[in-house]
Amino acid sequence: MGVQVEKIAILRSSLLPPEETGQRMALGHGPADTALRGGIRCGALHEVYSAAAGDDGAASGFALTLALKAANKQPLLWIRQDFASLEGGEISASGLLELGADPERVLLFRAAHIEDGLRAASEGLSCISLGAVILETWAESKLFDLSLSRRLTLAAARTNVTMFHVRAHATPSASAAETRWIVRANKSHGENWGMPVFDASLVRNRHGTTGQWVMEWNADDGEFRAAAHPRHVAAAAFDRPAQAAMGARRRTG
Amino acid sequence: MRLAAVDAHAARQGLRPGMALADARAMIPTLAVHDADERADAALLGHIADWCERYSPLVALDSPDGLLIDATGVAHLFGGEKEMLEDVRRTIAAQGFAVRLAFAATAAAAAALARHAHGCVAAPGEDAQRVAPLPVEALAADPVILHGLRRAGLKTIGQVAQRSRAELTARFGQSFITLLDRTLGKAAYPISPRTPLPDLMAERRFSEPVTSDDAVASTLLSLAQSLRDVLEKRGDGARRLTAAFFRVDGTVRRIAVETARPTREAAVVARLFHERLASLADPLDAGFGFDLIRLAASLNEPITTKVESFDTRETERREIAFLIDRLAARFGATRILRFHPQDTHIPEAAAVAFPAQRCVADKSPWTRLRAPGEAPLRPLRLFEKPEPIDVVAEVPDGPPVRFRWRRALHAVAHAEGPERIAMEWWRTDKAMPTRDYFRIEDDQGRRFWLYRAGLYGRETDWPRWFMHGLFA
Repeated sequence: MGVQVEKIAILRSSLLPPEETGQRMALGHGPADTALRGGIRCGALHEVYSAAAGDDGAASGFALTLALKAANKQPLLWIRQDFASLEGGEISASGLLELGADPERVLLFRAAHIEDGLRAASEGLSCISLGAVILETWAESKLFDLSLSRRLTLAAARTNVTMFHVRAHATPSASAAETRWIVRANKSHGENWGMPVFDASLVRNRHGTTGQWVMEWNADDGEFRAAAHPRHVAAAAFDRPAQAAMGARRRTG
Repeated sequence: MRLAAVDAHAARQGLRPGMALADARAMIPTLAVHDADERADAALLGHIADWCERYSPLVALDSPDGLLIDATGVAHLFGGEKEMLEDVRRTIAAQGFAVRLAFAATAAAAAALARHAHGCVAAPGEDAQRVAPLPVEALAADPVILHGLRRAGLKTIGQVAQRSRAELTARFGQSFITLLDRTLGKAAYPISPRTPLPDLMAERRFSEPVTSDDAVASTLLSLAQSLRDVLEKRGDGARRLTAAFFRVDGTVRRIAVETARPTREAAVVARLFHERLASLADPLDAGFGFDLIRLAASLNEPITTKVESFDTRETERREIAFLIDRLAARFGATRILRFHPQDTHIPEAAAVAFPAQRCVADKSPWTRLRAPGEAPLRPLRLFEKPEPIDVVAEVPDGPPVRFRWRRALHAVAHAEGPERIAMEWWRTDKAMPTRDYFRIEDDQGRRFWLYRAGLYGRETDWPRWFMHGLFA
């Protein structure tokens, strides 16, 4: 069974030109959208890792904002392993609201263990009316292997539901995910400090280049933008002013 | 110690319930005695009652040793009252129980007849006539009253019934008259069924018991189809569906699924049962097979949209409800949740995650706290139990400068506060300290929400600090 599924996955990916499957939702952050060839791909599997133990909050926040983009106002299923809630806190409806998510459109699933979480995720991926599924797991598991990620990718492509796998306390392993992000909390600057700013490294991208950016989530218009003063990250700063200004014009106009 | 019950063999030897154990032992030295266990007896009677639901959904206990089955409109399924009695007798006897039965128009008359005139079938209107020759013990009355009746020379119910009402009321009270009327079938005696009557049910009997999962699944599907036809005519859908599996050896297993919206689609119902059956911790064991499977629909509600709508919102609502039902059937209703706003400003109580199936549609609106363009004022993740932290602050009622949480030291780069949240004294009788919340960003860029419990100097001299949430 597993072998068959894998074979089908390989055959399918060799038959279809990759650009034609799955819509892309622009994040609003110029360099990241360029690397992603237009935006985050819908109907695919994306992985979000936290860089260190203290960055779990940032990783799940980043996954939520990506999911909000990919879901495009459709409902969201957030699956959390009980242990993750115990260690990292429960999802708060007020917090969702502050980040620009509508708590009415978030379904929460409490998984007793990873197996239940995976089963719930495949149920979620089979529901066409869902926009995105977030699966948040804690620690390593032997279940997450190449063939599982292929199965999830196939299931996501079939219904065009985007899946985000948030992994806390885990090291990246081989997978068929479309993208893999490693997220670190990043300082916010200026008077209006406290904005959700992420230091996001795109370390793997099946259809595009990788990169590292400091991205700020703007909860009001549901877009990312380059953070105001990303002082300690030099790499992504060369074309910021033009891009940021363009972004601002687009938003106001 | 006294004998609580005796078996047929002991009864033939002259032993009677109520006899002193010492007397019984004196009569029969080799008497086998077991402790009476009323609870186990009650549980066993409950099991038999469950099993008797194969005859009618209305089965009531007549403790300690009787069952009442409301057979209205049911007897013809078995070929008549006599045949039904015979069927009950045969099948219960096959399980190793001694049984006494009777059929009457009212429950109290049937109970009296069963105990004192085994096998009697009273035709409609015949109750009084049939009950009359029974001894007064057949009235389930207080022993004091029975003794009084015997002393008055009244041996049968018929003799009691012939006395004038006023006389009996004066001597034994009004409740005795009610009892007498019920036993004579003159007053209604409503029975209280063990399980609430479903709105609708469909069942299938098998002459050859079924054991395979496939047969069970296809039976459930066809039962769901027959329920659907009736529900469709009524314009209703069910919120709860209960399948009862009657095993040939007398065990009954009930399995229920619930739905978020009224449902009548047979395929949906069959799918939910598939999920539920697959996830049972104690799997459905067919044993020697099921000879009756029943599907009951309850909590029926009208389905408002009659025509298949092309509205995408409606399709979405239906699909999401089905997803919720599938997850609830497999993992339990408390696993799949939805947020519900509460009218309180205490952060951990402001929104509760509620089982999604039971979420009501009309909610108070959600209110965002931050102004447009501002940073979030509430964290994405909230600890159910705030965690105590060690804090260094410049002044006792000022913001923290450094704090230690989970053994890691954090230096504060930005702090905003206090946002003072007083506990709701009108809800609890225990005085809770006021909380001063601070939004914090540390030198690594990690954002926290922590609070100081108690107002310095007014409520406490040593305020304690807690970590309550993490911002994205």
